[in-house]
Amino acid sequence: MIIHSERGPLAGRRTSSAVAGVTAASERKLALWNIGFAYTAFLIGTFCGLLQVFMRNEMIQLPAWLDYYQVLTVHGVTLALVYTTFFIYAFLITGMSKALGSFGPKVARWSWIGFFVAAAGTVWATIEILSGRASVLYTFYAPLKASGWFYVSLALLIIGTWIISFALIAHYVKWRKANPGIMSPLFAFMTISTLAMWIIACLGVVAAVVFMYIPWAFGWVDTINVELSRTLFWFFGHPLVYFWLLPAYMAWYLVVPKLLGTKVFSDSLARLSFLLFILFSIPVGLHHQLTEPGVADFWKFLQVTLTFMVVIPTLMTAFSLFATFEISGRQKGAKGLFGWVSKLPWNDIRFTSLFIAMVFFIPGGAGGIINTSFQLNEMVHNTLWVVGHFHITVGTPVAMTFMGISFWLIPYLTGRTLTKTTKKLAFIQIISWSVGMLFMSTAQHVLGLLGAPRRTQHSNYSDHPTVLGWFDGFFSNTATLALGGIILFFSAMLLMVIVFRLWLIEPRSEKGDLYAEFPIAESDASATPRWLENWWIWIGIAVALILLAYTFPITHMIQDAPPGSKGFINW
Amino acid sequence: MHLHKFEKIWLIFGIAMLAVFLGIVGVQAFTQGQTPAGGMEKIDPEKVDVTAPFDDPGVHQIDEDTYEVVIKAMAYGYEPSEIKVPAGKEIIFKVTSKDVIHSFTIPNTKVNMMVVPGQVNEKRYTFKEPGTFLILCNEYCGTGHHFMHTEIEVVEE
Repeated sequence: MIIHSERGPLAGRRTSSAVAGVTAASERKLALWNIGFAYTAFLIGTFCGLLQVFMRNEMIQLPAWLDYYQVLTVHGVTLALVYTTFFIYAFLITGMSKALGSFGPKVARWSWIGFFVAAAGTVWATIEILSGRASVLYTFYAPLKASGWFYVSLALLIIGTWIISFALIAHYVKWRKANPGIMSPLFAFMTISTLAMWIIACLGVVAAVVFMYIPWAFGWVDTINVELSRTLFWFFGHPLVYFWLLPAYMAWYLVVPKLLGTKVFSDSLARLSFLLFILFSIPVGLHHQLTEPGVADFWKFLQVTLTFMVVIPTLMTAFSLFATFEISGRQKGAKGLFGWVSKLPWNDIRFTSLFIAMVFFIPGGAGGIINTSFQLNEMVHNTLWVVGHFHITVGTPVAMTFMGISFWLIPYLTGRTLTKTTKKLAFIQIISWSVGMLFMSTAQHVLGLLGAPRRTQHSNYSDHPTVLGWFDGFFSNTATLALGGIILFFSAMLLMVIVFRLWLIEPRSEKGDLYAEFPIAESDASATPRWLENWWIWIGIAVALILLAYTFPITHMIQDAPPGSKGFINW
Repeated sequence: MHLHKFEKIWLIFGIAMLAVFLGIVGVQAFTQGQTPAGGMEKIDPEKVDVTAPFDDPGVHQIDEDTYEVVIKAMAYGYEPSEIKVPAGKEIIFKVTSKDVIHSFTIPNTKVNMMVVPGQVNEKRYTFKEPGTFLILCNEYCGTGHHFMHTEIEVVEE
């Protein structure tokens, strides 16, 4: 059975109740607003990144009203939280409209409301940070105390994403009711998996912000339970990274086979791998807290074990992707063990960008295994190694996949095309990002192993010999980090030019233009077991695992808590 | 659910490796005591200065082969600022914070401890060679975070 129609949101008429035309235009506009917001954040965030690498080398001095840690906070928030989140919703909104038909008026209205609530929260948080009322970095660890309004603005951002999420879920529920007994299209299934994980994960941070930080920051209570606040943060903090990653996986599972002219390798395994991510992305937050007191070793180790379970869906994904590459290559006449490599469409920027993103994820994933390996974590915890790690996970595999999606999603939404000139620029952009990231992240990994701390302004620590090793050699050199950062900034600005061209300058697309299409591969769900789409089973198991992993440590933190901490404003 | 034959081999091999790997990490942790810093002792963060053992920070010999080093962390330094320990002896570091979260980190060693107010963190470590090691804070603690450091001198027995 062919599940995905080839029609865009404007033509989507799969469901009888949808008001095609008006709402579809609304979805297109909504997705573009999300993308516009995302790339505005990207512009600000990458500029802050450039400032940081200069400051790490004492190449520039900031004006008195701005300090390193404010720039760092803005860099983290705009890129890791804002760019990713808004881009993800643009992708999901467009894809859900394509896969399930155009939104009804209620879904459309609530998606817009969610967008504006999230956007308002973001802008407000940025104002709080830049005005110096919230130099707490984006992890906002207590007892550093930002203004109460900073936490309110964060809550708004999350609530906004929940509103959009529930709107998309409502759209899906309506489709299920209209199509009883049929497996949902894979794009919709993956979207719902991602959103289910996101909603459960956010419960931790929402509980911390609403019940702990806000009453404390406004002075309604005097003290805060520090260890509990950290634990609730990381309940959210780890699945947050999978929230970035899963939409990239969606593109790898669904867009790549289409670009290769083949089908999804296995519909049921694709679904199963997303379900395993719901199960094993949440009850694992303690692996970010391995070197701290207040949690018994047994619970740390249990969560380390659960963390490692994501290796299984990752191996499944890797197998599917390489199987897809090989099958398509052989269909095009490739011979020998590796002949299919030369048959891949390297000239297609939509493919090449995603392929490079996947390649970066191999060392990225390996580094992740090191980070979560209990004892080994001590060698790297809070060093620049970790910064190197997330720049080759979220900073390249995820971000470059989003760039690769932008190259067709923006034309698809604006009705324009990707001309040869822009395509050339896109290749330069992707390659320069790869080269810049290779320099920067390798230097960060090496410097981290030499003990250089993360989230720390330049310091020579009284000229201790250990520090001299951070400015010596090629990759063990802060200057190499800066070189990579400069190349990355060049790439980021080029991307802004490309986005601008695709949005406003490129010519209108003509019928049959490949770059103005939303590529979704067919996925044969005829043999897929029905229980894979019984959400109650999977959410039930997820909740059981969360209770297993967290009940005891959290109960201990509450019942056996030390006297709480009052707030500190150390800036 | 259909699984390709190669995929079965791939997954069985991968899961088996995972089990072996976790087994090694677990055995090291629970039979050889190779655990990261931790501890369940708690303390009133407002009364650190008058609570034992932090009312007497510094190096204390516990027995012939064991020393305890008691450290208070605060924005932006450590107390005491001078620490001298012997090489080849087991050192038990005990740290807590008087204000926000810090770290007590000695680059090029396994000593990398989060310092959390209200909690006492503990780590056992033996320096093999004498020398002067850098101690730094690698958790953001305020505008002076990058100035927060000291040294530990490891001397011959």
